[in-house]
Amino acid sequence: MGQELFQIVESPIETETVINKVKGREMGAITTFIGTVREYTNGKRTIYLAYQAYTSMAEKMLAQIGGEIQEKWPGTHVAITHRVGALEISDIAVVIAVSSPHRKAAYQANEYAIERIKQIVPIWKKEHWDDGEAWLGDQLEQKAYPNGKPEIEGGGL
Amino acid sequence: MITVLLFAQLQEEARTATLTINEDVLTVNQLKNQLINAYQLYQVNECMIAINEEYALDIDEIKPGDTVAVIPPVSGG
Repeated sequence: MGQELFQIVESPIETETVINKVKGREMGAITTFIGTVREYTNGKRTIYLAYQAYTSMAEKMLAQIGGEIQEKWPGTHVAITHRVGALEISDIAVVIAVSSPHRKAAYQANEYAIERIKQIVPIWKKEHWDDGEAWLGDQLEQKAYPNGKPEIEGGGL
Repeated sequence: MITVLLFAQLQEEARTATLTINEDVLTVNQLKNQLINAYQLYQVNECMIAINEEYALDIDEIKPGDTVAVIPPVSGG
């Protein structure tokens, strides 16, 4: 893994590597979000997942989220790595690291990042069950694009 | 010539990741209709279109040489 702050990768994600990208002497806090593959969703057992991305655009959208965060919480540093390909239960799908001089911004910005990933980053998840498979729609359990488009300009918080 | 990238369910339905459309200029809306009429990709109705990796609106124009991606509701994270 290189020093790119916003990456789509095919190999397992090393959490420490993502954290190291946002470390700094001026920072007083680093929050880390680790998204992992869950076995049961609404009672249905997942065998494994397959993630697919429009990689070049996905990395641009991750960088856009990083830009939004730096506008909303000046002084923070953000690094995001999302894995694609076949993932097994408990594998790490995404790691978001946010550092900040003070902890509150790091917590808030980290949650903002995962919510935005679920809105605008072109990555798709295919669930494989005992009895079938399906590409999932949006994880926010909202209607697809309620406003006719993703909230590209950033919302919430 | 316009290159159209397909992902996820649409890629499986079309049995290809890339379509080529021979049109000079068309709007996003016209492209969606063409994908539905010519390829029966009905899920296009609930998809966003990206032109050269930027989300586009239905009225935006697609020009020859553009790379267009059909983006189903995303489910990363």
